[in-house]
Amino acid sequence: MNVRYFPGCTLKTKAKDLDAYARRSAEALGVTLDEPKDWQCCGGMFTSANDEVATKLSSVRLLKDAAASEQPLVTVCSACHNVVKQTNHAMQTDAAFADRVNRYLGDDAYHGEATVYHYLELLRDVVGYGAIKEKVVNPLKGKKIACYYGCLLLRPGSVMRMDDPENPSIMEDLVRALGAEPVIFANRNECCGGYMTMESPALAQKKSEAVIRNAKANGADLIITACPLCRYNLNKQSDDLPIVYFTELLAEALGVKEEPHE
Amino acid sequence: MQRIGVFVCWCGSNIAGTVDVKAVAEALSHEPGVVFSTDYQYMCSQAGQDMIKASVAEHHLTGIVVCSCSPRMHEATFRKTATAAGLNPYMVEIANIREQCSWVHKDMPIGTEKAIILGKAAVAKVHLNAPLTPGESPVTKRALVIGGGIAGIQTALDIADAGFKVDIVEKKPTIGGKMAQLDKTFPTLDCAACILTPKMVDVAQHENVRIFSYSEVSEVKGFVGNFDVTIKKHARFVKEDLCTGCGACVDKCPMKKVPNEFNLGMDNRPAIYIPFAQAVPKVATIDPAHCNMLKNGKCGLCARVCTAGAIDYTQQDEYVQEKYGAIVVATGFNPISMDKFDEFAYNQSKDVITSLEFERLTNAAGPTAGKLLRPSDGAHPHTLVFVQCVGSRCTACAEKGKEYCSKICCMYTAKHAMLVRDKYPDVDVYVFYIDVRTPGKNFDEFYRRAVEEYGVKYIKGTVGKVVPENGVLKVQASDLLNNKQLHIDADMVVLAAAIEPDRSARPLATMLTASMDTNDFFTEAHPKLRPVESPTAGVFLSGACQGPKDIPETVSQAGAAASKVIGLLAKDKLMGNPCVASSNEAMCNGCSSCANVCPYGAITYEDKEFRMPDRTVALRRVAKVNPAVCQGCGCCTVACPSGAMDLNGFKNDQILAEVDAICK
Repeated sequence: MNVRYFPGCTLKTKAKDLDAYARRSAEALGVTLDEPKDWQCCGGMFTSANDEVATKLSSVRLLKDAAASEQPLVTVCSACHNVVKQTNHAMQTDAAFADRVNRYLGDDAYHGEATVYHYLELLRDVVGYGAIKEKVVNPLKGKKIACYYGCLLLRPGSVMRMDDPENPSIMEDLVRALGAEPVIFANRNECCGGYMTMESPALAQKKSEAVIRNAKANGADLIITACPLCRYNLNKQSDDLPIVYFTELLAEALGVKEEPHE
Repeated sequence: MQRIGVFVCWCGSNIAGTVDVKAVAEALSHEPGVVFSTDYQYMCSQAGQDMIKASVAEHHLTGIVVCSCSPRMHEATFRKTATAAGLNPYMVEIANIREQCSWVHKDMPIGTEKAIILGKAAVAKVHLNAPLTPGESPVTKRALVIGGGIAGIQTALDIADAGFKVDIVEKKPTIGGKMAQLDKTFPTLDCAACILTPKMVDVAQHENVRIFSYSEVSEVKGFVGNFDVTIKKHARFVKEDLCTGCGACVDKCPMKKVPNEFNLGMDNRPAIYIPFAQAVPKVATIDPAHCNMLKNGKCGLCARVCTAGAIDYTQQDEYVQEKYGAIVVATGFNPISMDKFDEFAYNQSKDVITSLEFERLTNAAGPTAGKLLRPSDGAHPHTLVFVQCVGSRCTACAEKGKEYCSKICCMYTAKHAMLVRDKYPDVDVYVFYIDVRTPGKNFDEFYRRAVEEYGVKYIKGTVGKVVPENGVLKVQASDLLNNKQLHIDADMVVLAAAIEPDRSARPLATMLTASMDTNDFFTEAHPKLRPVESPTAGVFLSGACQGPKDIPETVSQAGAAASKVIGLLAKDKLMGNPCVASSNEAMCNGCSSCANVCPYGAITYEDKEFRMPDRTVALRRVAKVNPAVCQGCGCCTVACPSGAMDLNGFKNDQILAEVDAICK
């Protein structure tokens, strides 16, 4: 099957691994990722500026493109996913907002017709964990893996509609499908410190340390995440506990992990 | 031609303040058929009613229009007045010029004009009114109480004491409900078992009471005074009449690893079990999901040790048919699941428990024999954190919790905190709250005592996260009054989980055609004036199935429900409502549209012989309404494509006459 695939800026720069392993795994699972031409930044950290229309326009163009292609739009970065899904939700439910946006867009109006999936949802709901399990060539037996969601991936729960933000299982179930053992730890959905790392590095450090400490206390060998910023913050505080993208783990289990091309 | 009298009420200034009542009386006096029209300050007063009676005699009235408040208020009053004056009560029509006119308008000319139009419509309807006579139906003098918790027990006892037969149906192997699981009860701190178990024994020994334990209501048919109920008695694989409750089988059962539901899974029970020492009936029950004998035919130890010969592995579910005059719903509540509140780590740590689990933990008959021990390792805890409103008052998170206040949590949390400090003064106790709500007799004094005498640390604010790490629960919370973030290392966290109606309530409501609110609490007929009656005639509400309640309130309501049942069962015959649907057989084509929309199951079909114009006889399927079951809602009259279905008192031509009068 074909899906529209939006990697986002970070996956072209700092998080090339996240992108490369996502592409290889998709290929191995029989999913073709069609990248739209001339895409722009999703709007990134402007997500909290609700009243700002201009920063949402690139997301809406992306969604419009997906709707026209009649394919679901798939993103893999937590932040892009959050922005695009929130924007799509606003286009569906906030008539005044949609009206303002549509005035910028010219002739054909958009009202949230596209379907947005996080890459994890694609795996769970479209490909299916059962099918993935069958395609695993290199089961990750005996590995204890802590799935780190961060604050952004599942929240707000009523808009992301992906999993229960306080008691999620989407990554744990994936880990099980890949043959490894998930480690449930309380801080899996706490913030890593996020952009505070620019303004108050000490605070970000405290938040990231709490995540790593809690994962270790529960016996994790490895932390996986879907978010480039989370990985950046956690990596800074972790000495011996590796932090990798979930796509890398997936690629490894599917036997398509090789050194990504620079 | 009717001779109609019009009586316009002022209702003090309620109506007269916005409606020119004299102008209304004057205008309606010119309507066809109106021979008398007047106004009066309070038409519902004795003087007002006497005036109506005198006018009926003086002007030989055949119909009455009262322009007053909603018919829900005083239709019955004026129907009685008409009866006293020698008229059929259904010759009275009410024009609602208060709720639907004076109260919603501010402008006198507009209000007056509308009142006149409403009056004209009522006059037009009375012209087509016909005398109606209600039917009678007998009353089965036996009540059914569904649920054997404190609510059901109290209701059953009160009904039985009044001399009527009553059956309790309880789905668990024993009656007693949630109260049997509690430790102490607020605000007096007497032990729950000490005050409940005597009542359980009373109800079991009462000559007028039968208890169907381990049973469920599977079907309800019929109507007020005449319910036909099927009760499913689950096979317990033990003959109730032979079992002496000696417990030999329980001791010998080799399968001892079944989570004990009475202790909320905090310890284990055997596959054959008696829920607790004072269970009623004190009879063993085999759990078929865990019994080796029932699962694969290997074991049979319990049958060998039973000297009474009570074990019967071949027992089947049994269905009992019984007739009842009244049904009381007392299905109670449960704490909500904590799965969606895992920020408190309930699923991650054994030391995070709900308040009901805490009750078992402090109960002398509980898994720790009443000692406060940390569930994970049995150690003595030093710091306890109680979190209130977990899932209650969740306006922003309706998907995971409940919007309402669960009402009982403030008091039981104060009780728990106080009991811990009383027994173990070395333990630090924190309570996080949004508001402390303690309106009830001696309730606020109780809470103040927890704070002032027992030194419980009450903190306004909420817990955001509980992180179990290396044997400690790291609690992150906010103290709103001091505007501070708190980090507390706790040994145990106790969650005051919101309460919700038992899951059996919704299917039961469907069976009873009783209405529920969006939270699955049963709706009362009137929130203030008929709080223990369901809108469905003959169905009454007792306890937390109607809304969150503590024990004192539950017992009061249980008694009130019993008194309503007694009032009903004391009657030999019930007067029906004559405003029911009837089908014109000549027009009915038996299409089933009416039966499909009837919420009460009042419509059946029969094949009837009709003599046709060509002198042949044809067999046709036609609708038939059971007037005793019909509630007069009118759905069928709207659904009927051929206009055969009509509603007495609200016939199609009466409604159209009203519409015509309004549109003229």
